Amino acid sequence: MPTISRDEVAHLARLARLAVTEEELDLFAGQLEVILTSVARVGEVAAADIPPTSHAVGLTDVFRADVPRPGLTQQQALSGAYATEDGRFRVPRILDES
Amino acid sequence: MTAALMDYDEVLERFEPVLGLEVHVELSTATKMFCGCANVFGTPPNTQVCPTCLGLPGALPVLNGVAVESAMRIGLALNCSIAPWCRFARKNYFYPDMPKNFQTSQYDEPIAVNGSLAVELSGGSLFTVEIERAHMEEDTGKSLHVGGSDGRIHGASHSLLDYNRAGVPLIEVVTKPIEGAEARAPEIARAYVTALRDLLRALNVSDVRMDQGSMRCDANVSLMPRGSSTFGTRTETKNVNSLRSVERAVRYEMCRQGAVLASGGRIVQETRHFDEATASTSAGRRKETSEDYRYFPEPDLVPIAPSDDWVARLRTTLPELPWQRRARAKTEWGLSDLELRDLVNAGALDLIAATVDAGAPAAEARSWWVSYLSQQANSRGVELADLPITPAQLARVIALVAEGALTNNLARQVVDGVLAKEGEPDEIVAAHGLAVVSDDAALTAAVEQALAAAPDVAEKIRGGKVAAAGAIVGAVMKATGGQANAQRVRELVLALVSA
Amino acid sequence: MTRLTRCSAAELAARIHAQDITAVEVTRTHLDRIAAVDPALHAFLHLDGPAALAAAAAVDDGLRRGDPPASPLAGVPLALKDVFTTVDMPTTCGSRMLQGWWPPYDATVTRKLRAAGVVIVGKTNMDEFAMGSSTENSAYGPTRNPWDLDRVPGGSGGGSAAAVAAFEVPLAIGTDTGGSIRQPSAVTGTVGVKPTYGGVSRYGLVAFSSSLDQGGPVARTVLDAALLHEVIGGYDPLDSTSIDAPVPPVVQAARAGATGDLTGIRVGVVSQFRGDGYQPGVRRAFEVAVSRLRELGADIVEVSCPSFDHALPAYYLIAPSECSSNLARFDGMRYGLRVGDDGGRSAEEVMSLTREAGFGPEVKRRIMLGTYALSAGYYDAYYGQAQKVRTLIIRDFAAAFDQVDVLVSPTTPTTAFRIGERVDDPMAMYLSDLCTIPANLAGNAALSVPAGLSDDDGLPVGLQVMAPALADDRAYRVAAAYEAARDDADGGPLVQRVPDLEVAAR
Repeated sequence: MPTISRDEVAHLARLARLAVTEEELDLFAGQLEVILTSVARVGEVAAADIPPTSHAVGLTDVFRADVPRPGLTQQQALSGAYATEDGRFRVPRILDES
Repeated sequence: MTAALMDYDEVLERFEPVLGLEVHVELSTATKMFCGCANVFGTPPNTQVCPTCLGLPGALPVLNGVAVESAMRIGLALNCSIAPWCRFARKNYFYPDMPKNFQTSQYDEPIAVNGSLAVELSGGSLFTVEIERAHMEEDTGKSLHVGGSDGRIHGASHSLLDYNRAGVPLIEVVTKPIEGAEARAPEIARAYVTALRDLLRALNVSDVRMDQGSMRCDANVSLMPRGSSTFGTRTETKNVNSLRSVERAVRYEMCRQGAVLASGGRIVQETRHFDEATASTSAGRRKETSEDYRYFPEPDLVPIAPSDDWVARLRTTLPELPWQRRARAKTEWGLSDLELRDLVNAGALDLIAATVDAGAPAAEARSWWVSYLSQQANSRGVELADLPITPAQLARVIALVAEGALTNNLARQVVDGVLAKEGEPDEIVAAHGLAVVSDDAALTAAVEQALAAAPDVAEKIRGGKVAAAGAIVGAVMKATGGQANAQRVRELVLALVSA
Repeated sequence: MTRLTRCSAAELAARIHAQDITAVEVTRTHLDRIAAVDPALHAFLHLDGPAALAAAAAVDDGLRRGDPPASPLAGVPLALKDVFTTVDMPTTCGSRMLQGWWPPYDATVTRKLRAAGVVIVGKTNMDEFAMGSSTENSAYGPTRNPWDLDRVPGGSGGGSAAAVAAFEVPLAIGTDTGGSIRQPSAVTGTVGVKPTYGGVSRYGLVAFSSSLDQGGPVARTVLDAALLHEVIGGYDPLDSTSIDAPVPPVVQAARAGATGDLTGIRVGVVSQFRGDGYQPGVRRAFEVAVSRLRELGADIVEVSCPSFDHALPAYYLIAPSECSSNLARFDGMRYGLRVGDDGGRSAEEVMSLTREAGFGPEVKRRIMLGTYALSAGYYDAYYGQAQKVRTLIIRDFAAAFDQVDVLVSPTTPTTAFRIGERVDDPMAMYLSDLCTIPANLAGNAALSVPAGLSDDDGLPVGLQVMAPALADDRAYRVAAAYEAARDDADGGPLVQRVPDLEVAAR
């Protein structure tokens, strides 16, 4: 049975970029534990030789012709932005290169 | 802060260097990897974008068929096997230059695996670099850091994002660990990147401009103590933006790691950045948590299953590859081994061949690239191939000379214009009025003027000293700023004198 | 005057196209109805009356000029789930994160509706980013069930189902990832269809779980659903998972089914979906429905699909995993909410504060669950294993469809539950999708058609009909035959018995 600690929830929240509160850590730790216990039932299925399915339809080789199509204007592209500057999206300082 | 460095020879005495090179190449397709936005460089910010490459909610990717074919052709040219079935995956991590906060990339199912590339070293010997994989992915947008010193990320107050480059198709070519390079490790690294660049250029799939970022190299370096068979911890140096830097970065890391290990320290697996100015590497910020990219198959794209027929057809589209071209050049142009090697070392061979392919005679093409253009490259401190002139443009200039429309002197001026990015040769000829003057009325007037100015010379010619005509031709050429058709001027001089 | 709002879409279209009534009149009548009842229901997040009337007027103008109608549904009002992008209306997905976001592009479904002359009156409420089974997870407050305003209309597409059930519109569009069209339809007495995956373009459908999401019609009759299905269905080169084949002949199948003969049709009752855990009234209504299918000539057999027992856990690994990645883009950098940008904080901090403030608890829960399931070290046990279960479910369906033409089950184990009843118990909420999830995992077609009222609480029950991929028409045929027989037996369509909300609203 999976157990999930408060620290693990905090780690997941960091990975998922969620600045969760202390109360949420407790709440989610409890709820995720219940949910994970339930969904862990997938592990009961003997499926060693079963191939995984990532796509519901069996399509392959769907390609687009390499022909330009009109996109958005700069104004449209920036229309939803919180802040812009010189035709660019203005964002807070970035800590480091990825 | 500069790191302590071990003497290069001592590094080799005590350690064996192991390299791994990851080269990212932007494909020169007409459109991006997953959307129909134009794949162009240098347009105003956020003008080559659409819902898909901006990662807008609801937008979906559709794979560019030509990009897939380019990836397969690169794989085939690298002697790789093409996967009979492969998928894209999502690499999940947050970064503002990545609009979806995941990169659509191939992970454990690359399109091409297990190849090799034979690279030629300066002595003429060959070294075979094993290729692990070539896979497809998408480029990120570009960030501009504002408010800090000289646009650096550190100390910036905010950043500005332009997504024109987001979604541009990338092929990443990854080598297997390169062992046995020994003292030539830095040279082999450079030669490999050079050979890969030449290969990609021959395939006509990328601009391969390291200076513009359309080809980027990450160099993994580790040291294995002599007598050990376990690889050491490696560092990954990014931001290596020229062939010379590849060589220098590898050498620097070898010496730095040698010093760290010799002093009892440990190498930290980390990303380092190469600084062109100091030719040194520096550590990036350490991440407090280890990266967990949570790869999973991209549900918005369906698998790729290249049929044997498709692969076979692509194989027939492979052009003459650099090493094949070298062999042919040697026979067809009658080059000695030494001459060939000089051309290869100068990076001129493929350029000459491409110029010949564009219609120029081999001798002229060779002469331009090894003399005038080599001088230009040297004085600018760039590789020959990075001069902003294409073989096709040079071939046009050579053709204009052959037609008599340009003199050699004028041709240089036209080439200078192309190098100054003034336009195509014909445009420069027109814009600067550089064409040879063959108009008899204008030339006759100039010749008459020159003869009148030098009656003694005219007399000599009349007296049968035809060679003296050269002086008059020279005077006319000078008067016309070199634009006169010298052959015609000579004819006119002789005709006018004997009239 | 006949109550236009009580007419089916097919009837309205016929009268509009015959120029017996105008599309403007039809639209205005529905807008009036919305104005009267939506304050009590809260089915809509955004309405654009003037734009709807203008679109209707354009249809009328064309007809007056003698142009043929753009489609069999030209001039008919429709409500669009607020998860499809629209250039002329905001698209919020029921989230604070996208409050006031006006997309710069139309979804393919939106584009097809406009091209068909369908009049989009507004955007409907939904569980945030389609995660939920009650519409209580909307950041803009819950939608109420027109059958009982204290109860949920199901979810995530509760707004679309409630709008149709309450006669605010004859047609709506929903999306179904684990049952978000079918379950709301079941609990509101409407018809809801999840087409074959790839049958309706997902371009412009804000993704919850890409490999499961599918847009589809919500209507009051099977024929209306079929007519709408043909308008929105079909190949879209902008969606790589779109099927390049003609839309199955669902309208023809609905008309054929309505003649009421199912002789020779083999109907499988899924044994996994008739045991304990079902509300007794739902179980009884389902048995009555099965008897009715038998009376119509269908051969009824029991079919076992053992892997369906693992569908729910597999779904609650796959959907959260995909959502954790799909929703990563909501970071406040390019569009939508931004929180905490005080000039000092880094982009990373602002992203985290924005996501914390912009997402509700259910979305956060699923993002963390998915982040966990995809993490190194857990992938094989969770996500990888869930994808294998998916293969087994596909195989169960394939084996079942070797024996029978369609499968049936209750759409959802209970009738509409009370608002607030399950909000603190995620697992209880998740059980709402027990019977609908297998078709999402396998990608085949499935629909819910009203199957009377539960005899224990008087609330609607849905009959789910599942058909193989690309055989959507089979489900329509069976559903249409059943609908006709049920309406005959009960003296009219079930939905006409919905309480009069204008009274209730007061």
